[in-house]
Amino acid sequence: MASGVKPRVKAPKSAAAGEVVTIKTLISHKMESGQRKDKEGNLIPRSIINRFTCDFNGQNVIDVELFPAISTNPYFEFEATIPEAGDMKFTWYDDDGSVYEDSKSIQVG
Amino acid sequence: MKFKALTAAAALIVAMPVMSLADPDDDQLVINGDLEITTKAAAPAHMEETGIDTIMSGWHFRSDETQALEMDDFDNPGMIFVDKAIDTWNAVEGSAGKSCASCHDDPSSMKGVRAVYPKWNEEAGEVRTIAAQVNDCRKTRMGAETWKYDGDDMAAMEALITLQSRGMPVNVAIDGPVQAVWEQGKDLYYTRTGQLDLSCASCHEQNYGNMIRADHLSQGQINAFPTYRLKNAKLNTVHARFKGCVRDTRAETYKPGSSEFVALELYVASRGNGLSVEGPSVRN
Repeated sequence: MASGVKPRVKAPKSAAAGEVVTIKTLISHKMESGQRKDKEGNLIPRSIINRFTCDFNGQNVIDVELFPAISTNPYFEFEATIPEAGDMKFTWYDDDGSVYEDSKSIQVG
Repeated sequence: MKFKALTAAAALIVAMPVMSLADPDDDQLVINGDLEITTKAAAPAHMEETGIDTIMSGWHFRSDETQALEMDDFDNPGMIFVDKAIDTWNAVEGSAGKSCASCHDDPSSMKGVRAVYPKWNEEAGEVRTIAAQVNDCRKTRMGAETWKYDGDDMAAMEALITLQSRGMPVNVAIDGPVQAVWEQGKDLYYTRTGQLDLSCASCHEQNYGNMIRADHLSQGQINAFPTYRLKNAKLNTVHARFKGCVRDTRAETYKPGSSEFVALELYVASRGNGLSVEGPSVRN
């Protein structure tokens, strides 16, 4: 597991039914591209977050594929319509197989 | 026809008020929607002969997009390092089996510290920066290895300590026991160095608001350090910035943590007396 990985999410605690809310997410990750070399000239193996998804009550909101050109600490900001109260689940997939999760409950009313 | 259009365009350019593209703006910095930051203030009395009457945070010299990154802690990438420093704060290290928290409890006990540093340390009989104080704590109280003066660990810890005082006015003392060091810092500020023969004042006093190649020259205030720079995607300390500046004059630089840079830090900090502590900030 890459070190110092910590997911963060900023989402409103409540929304009106049908309201479009802004979600901000950030995960601290070094996003090693696999192109760089260390002091001895050996290639540093690739280690990145390669996929990010967000689901609301089991329904997919976004599903993003990430590639090595994305810089350190990837940040995503997107909008989602909140039809009913529920849980928003965020998942990040690491190259090494680790999966990092976070979730936020959003109330309606 | 074409000639006429060109003449008209030229006339328009001449008619425009004399204002460079790099002038500071008048935006207001409010962090998280509730913390108002003083980014412009009347110059402290000791700056009377400099011709500067308003001191300004470097925030005013950045683009709207960069400015916005600092207005919400979630968007501020410097906060990632603050989070790391909180873990370090609570981690036991060294032969004494202590962490920062063992003596200082919560990081909030550091409130007010950043506003008055560098300051005189009576026991040591010298001017101490926050970094010097942190390393002294690590060595003598924790029995741990000292950090590199301008390294990542130190920058992150400085950010955590700075954050506690965010919004408070910078108020470093320049008289009493520190006066000699302050004078030394002032001398350094006005000493030209390197093949380019530039002093700090050449850019940051006489030419702030102008372009230096593709970048905007600020007043060189350090109230907002440590600074997350978009160009290197990490926190930068005051001394690392000094080193970069002196290097850019094509001079051999002083070392981060050296008595020369400590003196310069004290002097430059005093030029920001009245601005808010703003770090960790975002710059490009």
